[in-house]
Amino acid sequence: MKNTIITNNLNAYFGKTHAVKDINMKIGERVATAIIGPSGCGKSTFIRCLNRMHEVIPGTSVRGDVLLDGKNIYDGDVDPIELRQKVGMVFQKPTPFPTLSIYENVSVGLKLNGINKKSYLDEIVEESLKKAALWDEVKDKLKASGMSLSGGQQQRLCIARALAVKPEVILFDEPCSALDPISTTKIEELIQQLKQNYTIVIVTHNMQQAARVSDWTAFFLLGELIEFGKTQEIFTNPKDKRTEAYITGRFG
Amino acid sequence: MNNYLRRKITDKLMRALTVFCAIFVLLPLISIFVYVISKGITSINIDFFTQLPKPAGEPGGGMANAIIGSLILTGMASLWAIPAGVLGGVYLSEFSTNKLGTLIRFSADVLSGVPSIVIGIFAYSVWVRPMKSFSALSGAFALGIIMIPTIMRTTEEAIRMVPHDLREASLALGINRFKTTIRIILKTAMPGTITGVMLSIARIFGETAPLLFTAFGNRFWHQGMTQPIAALPLQIFVYAISPFEDWQRQAWAGALVLIGLTFVISLTSRLVTKRKI
Repeated sequence: MKNTIITNNLNAYFGKTHAVKDINMKIGERVATAIIGPSGCGKSTFIRCLNRMHEVIPGTSVRGDVLLDGKNIYDGDVDPIELRQKVGMVFQKPTPFPTLSIYENVSVGLKLNGINKKSYLDEIVEESLKKAALWDEVKDKLKASGMSLSGGQQQRLCIARALAVKPEVILFDEPCSALDPISTTKIEELIQQLKQNYTIVIVTHNMQQAARVSDWTAFFLLGELIEFGKTQEIFTNPKDKRTEAYITGRFG
Repeated sequence: MNNYLRRKITDKLMRALTVFCAIFVLLPLISIFVYVISKGITSINIDFFTQLPKPAGEPGGGMANAIIGSLILTGMASLWAIPAGVLGGVYLSEFSTNKLGTLIRFSADVLSGVPSIVIGIFAYSVWVRPMKSFSALSGAFALGIIMIPTIMRTTEEAIRMVPHDLREASLALGINRFKTTIRIILKTAMPGTITGVMLSIARIFGETAPLLFTAFGNRFWHQGMTQPIAALPLQIFVYAISPFEDWQRQAWAGALVLIGLTFVISLTSRLVTKRKI
């Protein structure tokens, strides 16, 4: 299996707080990798380092390397704006842009980067919404506000929006934690499909979710990577006692 | 039981008191409206909106030049103060984590408390004196200074209300900081920003003091930006203190038009904001 992302001694800080400690991980191409661990273990911070969103928060810093297709994304010649088009992100809460229509929400990433050709945008919007399993529900109301959709639909809209800029990798930061069970199931099915074409990294609180959608699972604790392996092995035969304690529900 | 009764009575009394105070607050506004309308309505006719003022003593004439003058002054002040104020607000909310931001914020608050006549004198000394002429431009300059702090702070507040998640969502799409700020964040904050702009326009529309030393007033139609220009509040001021009864009546009519236009501006801002949310 080819690796899309390789981290070498990755460290992340909030001011002096050391949130992510010496992570070495190889994230495979076109598989879903789940990151689990208790609150505050640095899992969200870790994935935010993979598209340089960590540095958006004032006072933060990163040390170490993140190789994307062999190229260190923290090299001086890498433009974070271009990187984020390659490494898309879906957040915890659905965040459609409230002033934009459904169509504009999906096309905005292209439009604000200078792509204005209507026929091309139409095509991408349809394709992205289909990939996000939302097309049938919204195709007759593309001009309606993104806010008029339900929470689960909004989250799929955000996925469509991320897909529209043609990323290789999609990072999901607890994408279902604000959704009801039915919407959660839909998003999970969607992730199952998306991993055939995209490299997926998903942070989740929900261990069943990790077991359902991912091929590989990493367990984080207090900013450290405790265990990383095939999802099935992590859940049936964990090597570390702390992993076992966490997945059997003894803490977290 | 006794306690319960006492509580009920206190509740009733306090509620009555709040209702009374609310009405009391409305009272001056309503009485101003009623008084100005009753005094001014009789002098409003077509001439008032279409004619130039007549020389002292001659009956008739109108304030058409002053109404147009006020619109021109307000428009020109908006032309420079709205972009300056809005962009200043964007800077304050999005980019200023340092001492400069605190300093600007503090200065804006002080500036908004400076009496408008002082701003008039300031505009007089930095613009009218060097140019050796009262002018429409200097009036617009003075009015703009009054607009900026209001626009800047309301824009800043409106932008702060936009959830942080939206910024991150936009940045994570590979949209750069500038476009994120202007096309996503400022657009989302638009209703609040427009309210601030409208409030500041409503305020300067009725300002008199800063125009005394700058726009100065004019009895004729608009004569160019470097010439003195008539303005509704100025005209009202001159007419109201005049000894001629006809002028005094017209001053009331002018006051009515001024209040009416201000009211329309405020109302528009309310409608605009309501529709956007």
